[in-house]
Amino acid sequence: MDRRSTALGRGLLYLLPLGFLGVFFFYPLLAVVVQSFAPGGRLDLTPIANLWREPYFGRALWFTTWQATLSTAVTLALGMPAAFVFARYRFRGKTVLRALTTIPFVLPAMVVAAAFTALLGSRGWLNSLLMDWFEMARAPVRLQQTIWLILLAHAFYNTTVVVRIVGGFWSNLDPRLSEAARVLGGNRARVFFEITLPLLLPAVAAAGLLIFLFCFTSFGVILILGGPRFATLEVEIYRQAVALFRLPEASAIALAQIVLTFVVMAIYTRAQARSSLPLNMRPAAATEVPPTTPASKLFVALTVAGLLLFLVSPLVSLALRSLAGGDDPLRYFRELFVNRTNSLFYVPPGLAIRNSVFFALITTALALTIGTVTAVLMSRGRARGAALLEPLVLLPLGTSAVTLGFGYLLTMGQPPLNLRASPVLVPIAHTLVAFPFVVRTLLPVMRGINPDWREAAAVLGASPWTAWREVDLPIVGRALLVAALFAFTTSMGEFGATLLIARPEFPTMPLVIYRLLGQPGALNYGQAMAMSTMLMLVCAVAFVLIERFRVGQVGEF
Amino acid sequence: MKHKRLFSLLLAAAVMASTLAACTPVPATTPTLPVAETSAAPVASPTAPEVATAPAEPTEVRGARALTVMTHDSFSVSEDVVAQFQAQCGCTVQFLKSGDTGLALNKAILSKNNPLADVFFGVDNTFLSRGLAGDIFEAYASPALAQMPEELKLDPGNRLLPVDFGYVTINYDRAYFTENDLPLPATLRDLADPAYESLLVVENPATSSPGLAFLLATIATFGEAGEYTYLDFWRDLRKNDVLVTDGWEDAYYGQFSGGSGEGDRPMAVSYATSPAAEVFFADPQPAESPTANLLLPGGSFKQIEFVGILKGAREPELARQWVDFMLGETFQEDIPLQMWIYPALPGAELPEVFTRHAQVPSDAVAVSPDQIEAGREKWIQAWTDVVLR
Repeated sequence: MDRRSTALGRGLLYLLPLGFLGVFFFYPLLAVVVQSFAPGGRLDLTPIANLWREPYFGRALWFTTWQATLSTAVTLALGMPAAFVFARYRFRGKTVLRALTTIPFVLPAMVVAAAFTALLGSRGWLNSLLMDWFEMARAPVRLQQTIWLILLAHAFYNTTVVVRIVGGFWSNLDPRLSEAARVLGGNRARVFFEITLPLLLPAVAAAGLLIFLFCFTSFGVILILGGPRFATLEVEIYRQAVALFRLPEASAIALAQIVLTFVVMAIYTRAQARSSLPLNMRPAAATEVPPTTPASKLFVALTVAGLLLFLVSPLVSLALRSLAGGDDPLRYFRELFVNRTNSLFYVPPGLAIRNSVFFALITTALALTIGTVTAVLMSRGRARGAALLEPLVLLPLGTSAVTLGFGYLLTMGQPPLNLRASPVLVPIAHTLVAFPFVVRTLLPVMRGINPDWREAAAVLGASPWTAWREVDLPIVGRALLVAALFAFTTSMGEFGATLLIARPEFPTMPLVIYRLLGQPGALNYGQAMAMSTMLMLVCAVAFVLIERFRVGQVGEF
Repeated sequence: MKHKRLFSLLLAAAVMASTLAACTPVPATTPTLPVAETSAAPVASPTAPEVATAPAEPTEVRGARALTVMTHDSFSVSEDVVAQFQAQCGCTVQFLKSGDTGLALNKAILSKNNPLADVFFGVDNTFLSRGLAGDIFEAYASPALAQMPEELKLDPGNRLLPVDFGYVTINYDRAYFTENDLPLPATLRDLADPAYESLLVVENPATSSPGLAFLLATIATFGEAGEYTYLDFWRDLRKNDVLVTDGWEDAYYGQFSGGSGEGDRPMAVSYATSPAAEVFFADPQPAESPTANLLLPGGSFKQIEFVGILKGAREPELARQWVDFMLGETFQEDIPLQMWIYPALPGAELPEVFTRHAQVPSDAVAVSPDQIEAGREKWIQAWTDVVLR
């Protein structure tokens, strides 16, 4: 293959992510901006200038930033020990536990609120226990509508991001480096802070960045668990766009949010460029050992207990709540199969599961394809194109769903893109959120691959494609599975996609849950809990299947 | 070569997905495709839920015309009622659920040059002025309007026609008041009495439609000027530890202690039909609802919902037929159990659960749509400053 055709091939590869972002992100966004600031063709930027004078803007900006920073720190602190244990130790039930820790990521905010209410609410388990033991008249633990509940919920959602991204990277890290340092006399803490942590930094930074953006644009958690006293920029956008229908103001905040995302990205990119080293990555199976020393056994046991308490017990409380149907524990599950009011919008559970899984599979395929190509281009990035691509890829994560949804209405109404009310927009909207996750998961691993190996392969006559397949893919395999898992999860959890589009009836499991919670009555609430339990089960099964997925040698990693 | 296969698999999946994108009408022959509800199924095959449908431009039923109705997420209707209309018009009906009332209406206004649907249902009296100002509705003097009560017809231009109405009011937990031997509050101002400290949960008027409705009731009752304004009332409620949530779901299920609520506050702003729904959606159904309405003087707000034909509708003739149908007896009698509100048609028969367990407030407050639109932003801002800051 000569140089020119390689360049052409690379140019074509760039078209995939840029084209996707261009059509489904920048074009609709631009339409909203034009509609907001130049409705009659005359440009009027006063809403942006006025933003700084609005007291709510400064307040929301400050709150959004500090709660996201704190949430990220808390999540990283909780997730790192777990990432270590999953990366380095082999123990019974590891796959199942890892699948369980990912489930929070798919749960709608309303369901997480229900789980926390069942566990920590004024009539929840914890308070009932404490009131019984200490004979108190009023519930002692009152977390509702506090910043603590917001932090707890953000950590509950995102610990899996640390476990998966940092843990995945860690498991490929050659343990001989830290072993050598220990032999040379370094104590545990010193080896961790001077050897392991610097090597892990790209993955920690990638996970931290994703968590920060996720909390930065947090909507449901803030609205439901935080209550109206807390308002993020995302909540302000919704208020301006929906309650007051002041589109210019909403767009101005949305733009400010995008600019901030860009700034965070720029800081990250600089840090990342300095911390990223080519490493001799090792297959995960070669680096994990059973815990043998009493200290390591204790550490594994404590971490597992912590995960069970923090991540799994809310899920269990939810499942138990769905079984609390009086004399018939399966009453709410049975009721899901009954169309009591003969409603046109009744959804049999099988159909909801099928729709959810179908959309999630398409999302996974789309996000993996676009995300892998993007990550490959960026990992080879001395070219200017890669430097441009880097900050663009995460922008969808920092963009308000309501604003983008208005853009879709304005742009997707004419052929060839007549998609406004089409179910096709569902996996596309999911992919927009999922593919930045894919890129961020793959990139630290891809950048860690020693380029010498690739060059050696090229010298030995391998084409770039063969070299990628034989050198990169076996190492990237594990990260690809993690990326697939995130893409699948993002779609199952319906991140903001309901705000995006006016969709006809292709109801997914989260939509069924929302519909059930829209009317009062014990059967409705019970069914919502039952459907949530089904969502957890379907996801758990899917996660275990994805983890078991084997393709050639990749599976051995 | 296995990796190659993996990659081509991914590519194939991507290509498949983009092909899907290119050709809506999803082919009905592919077994793995998501199956639409029967909402747009051809009239003749109500028993064939396997028929996949292409909602936006349903062209696959040759000759059958299609009507698209844009609405909010809480809309519901019986299968057989829609089937009856489809048989009558020889067309299919597609429903586009587009978020809560405010979001759905904003989407309709934003897409007015190229409307998403033929009909919009669900504008209520708090959004009526915005809907009319958006200039998206076509006037239609339906013959069915003749039977509708005058007080529900808020648009003299007949661009928005009344379909149903309901009441936002305070629900209470019967058991709590009995067990604690606490008398029920008798006036709105009683709610600020220390005896009722920390017992009430309300919704944020900036994000929730019952929240706004209750705020409007207090504005109409206490007024904006004088000795004791609505803001004084809310200041007192705040002193008495009123809890505010952003949505109805959290207020009712998360904080309310009555019925299916999981919280510990025995009074919540909800709907006057919620006690009836507590009976209906219980198994077995109790003789008496665990919750009841606290119909305080001036404490209830009447919400009215409207339907309108969108300007630029592709099927204006079908749209008119649908509007007539919505105002007719069949649809009107279907409304209560589907949406837990009252049909606008005076003669429409109510189900037993309504007549036995739901009450109609005698003095529900009405604020004119123009006043609401003019005051909304100012009121919400003032309320936010007093209650939340």
